[in-house]
Amino acid sequence: MAMTTYHPASALSLPRAAVLRPALTLLLFLILVLGLLYPLAVTGLAQLLLPAQANGSLLRDNHGRVIGSALIGQAFHSRGEFWSRPSATAGSAYNGGASGGSNLGPSNPALTKVVAERIAALRAAHPEQRGPVPLDLVTASASGLDPHISLAAALYQAPRVARELKRPLPQVEALIAAQREQGWFGNAQQARVNVLQLNLALRRLAAG
Amino acid sequence: MMTAFFWMLALFMLLLTLSVRPMGAWLAPLASGTLPGRWRAFDAALLRRLGLNDAGMGWRDYTLALLVFNVLGAVLLYALQRLQGDLPLNPAALGAVEAGSAFNTAVSFVSNTNWQGYAGETTMSYLTQMAGLAVQNFLSAATGIAVAFALIRGFARRESGDIGNFWADVLRIALYLLLPLSVVLALLLVSQGVLQNLSGYLGYTALAGHGQTLAMGPVASQEAIKMLGTNGGGFFNANSSHPFENPTELSNLLQMLAIFLIPAGLCHAFGRVVGDRRQGWAIYIAMSVLFVVAASAIAWFEAQGNPLLSALGADGGSGNLEGKDMRFGIAGSSLFAAVTTAASCGAVNAMHDSFTALGGLVPMLLMQLGEVVFGGVGSGLYGMLVFAVLAVFVAGLMVGRTPEYLGKKIEPFDMKMVALTILVTPLLVLAGTAVAVVVAPGLAGLANPGAHGFSEVLYAFSSAANNNGSAFAGLSANTPFYNAMLGIAMWFGRFAVIVPVLALAGSLAAKKRLTPTLGSMPTHDGLFIGLLIGSVLLVGALTYLPALALGPVVEHLAIWATH
Repeated sequence: MAMTTYHPASALSLPRAAVLRPALTLLLFLILVLGLLYPLAVTGLAQLLLPAQANGSLLRDNHGRVIGSALIGQAFHSRGEFWSRPSATAGSAYNGGASGGSNLGPSNPALTKVVAERIAALRAAHPEQRGPVPLDLVTASASGLDPHISLAAALYQAPRVARELKRPLPQVEALIAAQREQGWFGNAQQARVNVLQLNLALRRLAAG
Repeated sequence: MMTAFFWMLALFMLLLTLSVRPMGAWLAPLASGTLPGRWRAFDAALLRRLGLNDAGMGWRDYTLALLVFNVLGAVLLYALQRLQGDLPLNPAALGAVEAGSAFNTAVSFVSNTNWQGYAGETTMSYLTQMAGLAVQNFLSAATGIAVAFALIRGFARRESGDIGNFWADVLRIALYLLLPLSVVLALLLVSQGVLQNLSGYLGYTALAGHGQTLAMGPVASQEAIKMLGTNGGGFFNANSSHPFENPTELSNLLQMLAIFLIPAGLCHAFGRVVGDRRQGWAIYIAMSVLFVVAASAIAWFEAQGNPLLSALGADGGSGNLEGKDMRFGIAGSSLFAAVTTAASCGAVNAMHDSFTALGGLVPMLLMQLGEVVFGGVGSGLYGMLVFAVLAVFVAGLMVGRTPEYLGKKIEPFDMKMVALTILVTPLLVLAGTAVAVVVAPGLAGLANPGAHGFSEVLYAFSSAANNNGSAFAGLSANTPFYNAMLGIAMWFGRFAVIVPVLALAGSLAAKKRLTPTLGSMPTHDGLFIGLLIGSVLLVGALTYLPALALGPVVEHLAIWATH
């Protein structure tokens, strides 16, 4: 490499054309490699090696129709089903085409208002529960598509679901236990269940 | 809750520290320009085919090449967004992106900020995502790393007029470093459930009977470079909280590690190239100390929860869950928030706008420190090395000696460049915030009332000028006012820092390297690490404490005053 002396005031040594041409060549070449070859090659590999995951971890019913994704939450309103967390997605709750959170700040009166309404609604629907309401059932998730509720939130709803389906409570609680996902490092607060999977298990129980 | 957090933090730091040495060994030959033998022939042939070479450039030529390359990239990205409606790979039939938003997004991705005023799944076609946004994810990362390489060469070379060749640097960083890492990470992410397809959005009937849509797309390939290049621009609006971007606790850990992988490895590469590995470890330790303290603080504040909600009858023992997904919880969300704002990544797996007042202050402060706690790929190291020069300068003043760092005398020209580098971003942040909170179009964007609204604006300008890209996302920033203001902050926050850093590199490269004497201050020991941390904190605190007091601190006092 050339060892020239450094002159802070020295002018540019390159003519302008000597910059534009390599810039364009390099840019177009890298767009081709990184913008087309790379994503298409990864798509090919993913479709070959991991097609189920690459296409959305879809769940299908007995007729092969898509009923959802194991990773994406859904809204449930029936009293005989477990309810998901509140969702702040645009348009409607759990809109898989427009993810997002509420972005309400901790001191925002709109947050306390909506949480108070949700607590009142949950208390009315669960007269047998006297303790505090699980926080995840009254707060919106980040994605608006959170597939999980906490284990505590599932157990909170279990008496209502059992009553509605006319099933003994321990049977419903056993379903919850079977769906339980453990948090890393034994974090009890992160023990959770996938609501869609839990409700599917509930349907199988009701059908069988 | 805190126990789980500390275990996760310990695992994270262990894996990161184990990666430092191999990453440094990978990066060092790229930085010094001495590729291993078997690569040299391939490299030379490729450069020749493209009509390029790796002849050394002076800092002015290097700067010119960098600026032209980035301006061209921004123009092409703008054009692609405006024309996407007439181009292929657009199954959702999305039209042209609005001009102001397209300008903002082009600047955002070229400057490695990846601030997103738009919602991905309803705005950008697959072609724009792949050939536009993801390409700039690679190129802005390569640009940052190239500048770090130039500065490292400045310290390593003696009486030299060249700091490397920009074209060769970008090409090598993109193809020999970022591309292979991205392929591996993308496939690991797919294994966890991240999408990778070109299908149209999928309509289906949900279990409860209503119609539903699932967004699809080539997500994993973009997600991988979004993390490795500390870009942070999500494929979807909800970014890394979207289950199709970040489905499991393992994918969350992989994404966090990917963000720090190159910034941490660069510290070691720096030590190797300047011929004293302890210098690299000293920088790594200083960054790690700041990071561990900040991450723990966020987790602790988030674990305290929101007393206003507990008072209503919600279970206060679970921490603050508004804007968090259950698979990450307090631990995984807090650690991610610390990683993404310590590095100038800006991906989020939880909504920072809904963090507790002080839990949201810490990410803001991490950005305001200048993105030097690991920081962006390349930009974190060159930012921290600028602070190291400041630290030896301050120490030199105290004992009355000419300051030197790694045998390079630090002279007035160098200190001017250091001062410029350190002062540009605070000017953009504070002036921008001040303007936005006194004019109507600035105030119109606020989503939350009171002190929190001020925090939203302060966060936005801190994020833009420091090229982070995360947001207190309640702020409606897709307006002509914010698209223009934040676009300016991002552009100058990037390039008005890079130019003086390259000037510093040129000036350093031209100097002799003095051999250390008994009187030289060692720059690898605990004293220097403390001095470096002190310089970063002192500059950050003096600049931003008044503004932070008006936002998050006031909000915290208001929330807790009644309890």
